[in-house]
Amino acid sequence: MTYPRPKSPNMQNYRPQLTSVMSFGHRLSGVALSLFAFGLAAWLVAGATGPAAFNHAQAVVLSGPGGVILFLATLAVFYHLCNGIRHLIWDSVHAFELRSIYVGGWAVIAASLLLTLALWVWVLI
Amino acid sequence: MGADLTLPRITPYSSAHGLGAAGHGAGHWWAQRVSAIALVPLILWLVWALANGVATDYAALSIWLSAPINTVLMIMLLIAVFHHAALGLQVIAEDYIHSRMRFAVVALVQLACAAGGAAGVVATLLIAITS
Repeated sequence: MTYPRPKSPNMQNYRPQLTSVMSFGHRLSGVALSLFAFGLAAWLVAGATGPAAFNHAQAVVLSGPGGVILFLATLAVFYHLCNGIRHLIWDSVHAFELRSIYVGGWAVIAASLLLTLALWVWVLI
Repeated sequence: MGADLTLPRITPYSSAHGLGAAGHGAGHWWAQRVSAIALVPLILWLVWALANGVATDYAALSIWLSAPINTVLMIMLLIAVFHHAALGLQVIAEDYIHSRMRFAVVALVQLACAAGGAAGVVATLLIAITS
């Protein structure tokens, strides 16, 4: 274990590219969504505790800061969902050419922004 | 005569076995993909339901989660989401933590995700049954 092996990834050596930024975004949104999973569990526990606890949880979720976090949560959901499907397509050994990787990358960014926007327009109107 | 069987035989395989990438890496990889595929319809179901105000107050939450289809889908989502989260967070910890803290963080991730999933499933069942 003390053998001095090279450590990876050494991100600071590389100029940011669409591919690397999206890869980091996938991990970042994944960590954020893990935290939101605990939020979902806590919200359900509040519901199981009773009406008073659930009303309190709803007041937190629907407050100003809660609303901003909820918006970021939907953005993280749609980005991780769309980019996750891109990863599943790669796993099936498709769309591996450099051009497909970039076209797919921009498609994921466009789709996740559009889906997030459409959802909130649907909710608020 | 043959090799002395009383001496430990250190082969490349035996020195690597059980230390990580010696068999169960493929299982981890598959579990990540299977839970990902399960989560595609499940997360769309949850987002769509919440966006349509199925749980804006306690009464609505009770009615929504006591329908068997919604109880089952919520429990499936909780299991898939916490399993997927545990697998993903473990990979991130293994990539970035190079000290002895790695084992502690991976263990904490696994335990916390198991606890989160258990709490969510029990809460869902309580809401479904007691309403």
